[in-house]
Amino acid sequence: MTKLPTHTDKKLGLVIDLDTCVGCHACVIACKGWNTENYGAPLSDQDPYGADPSGTFLNRVHSYEVQPSPSDAVPAPTAQLIHFPKSCLHCDDAPCVTVCPTGASYKRVEDGIVLVNESDCIGCGLCAWACPYGAREMDAAAGVMKKCTLCVDRIYNENLPEEDREPACVRTCPSNARHFGDFADPDSNVSILTASRGGMDLMPELGTRPVNKYLPPRPKDAPVDILAPFLDPVADNPKGFLGWLDKALTAMPGGTK
Amino acid sequence: MHPASSVIIFTTLSGLGFGLLFWLGLGMPATTGLNAFIFFTIAYLLAVGGLMASTFHLGHPKRALKAFTQWQTSWLSREAWFSVFALLIMAVYGAGLVFFGTALTTLGWLGAVLSLGTVLTTSMIYAQLKTVPRWHHWSTPLLFAALSLAGGALLAGQVTFAIPLLAIAGVVQVSYWIIGDGQLRASGTTIETATGLGNIGKVRAFEPPHTGTNYLLREMVHVVGRKHASTLRLISLVLMVGLPILFLLVPFGHIWAALAVLSHLIGVAVSRWLFFAQAEHVVGLYYGKR
Repeated sequence: MTKLPTHTDKKLGLVIDLDTCVGCHACVIACKGWNTENYGAPLSDQDPYGADPSGTFLNRVHSYEVQPSPSDAVPAPTAQLIHFPKSCLHCDDAPCVTVCPTGASYKRVEDGIVLVNESDCIGCGLCAWACPYGAREMDAAAGVMKKCTLCVDRIYNENLPEEDREPACVRTCPSNARHFGDFADPDSNVSILTASRGGMDLMPELGTRPVNKYLPPRPKDAPVDILAPFLDPVADNPKGFLGWLDKALTAMPGGTK
Repeated sequence: MHPASSVIIFTTLSGLGFGLLFWLGLGMPATTGLNAFIFFTIAYLLAVGGLMASTFHLGHPKRALKAFTQWQTSWLSREAWFSVFALLIMAVYGAGLVFFGTALTTLGWLGAVLSLGTVLTTSMIYAQLKTVPRWHHWSTPLLFAALSLAGGALLAGQVTFAIPLLAIAGVVQVSYWIIGDGQLRASGTTIETATGLGNIGKVRAFEPPHTGTNYLLREMVHVVGRKHASTLRLISLVLMVGLPILFLLVPFGHIWAALAVLSHLIGVAVSRWLFFAQAEHVVGLYYGKR
């Protein structure tokens, strides 16, 4: 049913730390692997080894350059490079669910996960149009809409060791930039992280009320450049043999003065 | 947005077909027998043909009947219901005219309301989307309704209504373009709000997540042909409104009427191409595009 629940018992979702993400795309691959081999239609690729490859992914990592404005204290600030993983935000007010004509899209009352029942999906694509975040992709081979399931087939899977019962992207992240938990519980790891680091919503003006939160990059303190001092010239006024060589080379035709 | 031919054909033909059904339902023209049969056949070919075309872009057309289930929240589902009710009611009304020579007036009025309702529910599929600021405006349903009523009047041979309605549709179309051009900016959604990084400074898409293209870019970030937009707008306006009015003003002849309808049809199709091709989806901002 595409009516959104007024309340969900849990609010499972992710915290993504833009300060620690190194942009390695391991989460992209872990997601593609798990969700191709497990629940639902596989995430297909078209022309994967040819000239024009494309494919279905539920998680993608963008990279942005952010140029801070100059200030009196920092007249020429350095641009920052911020890696930006993006997957379904499992919105409380999910516009993708209400537009669905068949009831294939739904938000679960028990944990708030937004899912697609693939056997009811007619592949009209309207939910992907309604999503501002590009979280839904129509699979070109299966003709049904694919989206992040928050690895619903891992997190409750008692056949897996307990440490693996979290989304594949979280499990694989080498820089600990992704965290999984229950936002309805104020004492959960994700609630504490969000509160302490100022977790934010993407496109809040669209009123989707995303569950997933992004932690902004921490402000840079004094510019730290570890290598630069080692690259400074070690001797400005060479003496002895090097001094003679310097003078001799300078005196040659074309020598640098 | 990707201007898929199936959706352009659907909205153009169905809009015209349900527009014609609207006027037939009102008893304009008041025909019976063979004449009514021809009018209703044209209307049903357009309306049903358009609806059939709309199923071509589905991944699983065989499950299309499931689209009737979610009318409580989904405009697409509501459109399905409105179109079926309109076609059924108008079929009974049309049968009365064709076979029994009787006009079931109340049924006709109901059919007319449902036909207009179908066009409005179609337009709401687009107008409801906050993610496409150009569409998310009251001028979208107004545009669909104005074009459908004008085109319907033209097909129904209601010259006294068709000329002013075509002129009104032209004004609505131009207003839609003028309003639409500022809608993305007015929505306040930028790459800064999309990434939440605006507090630090100016954001620029540095590296996309993938080297090739993907579904999102193909479907939502269609930019091909936008550079011809102002030429196409002019062509659309001339064909959709200008020439048909001119053809209606010359002394009546079937050839002029046919030319007016044909010109209008092509003009609306061009306008619909622009409707999709010029619509910017906010997901493009994540890619530094619009």
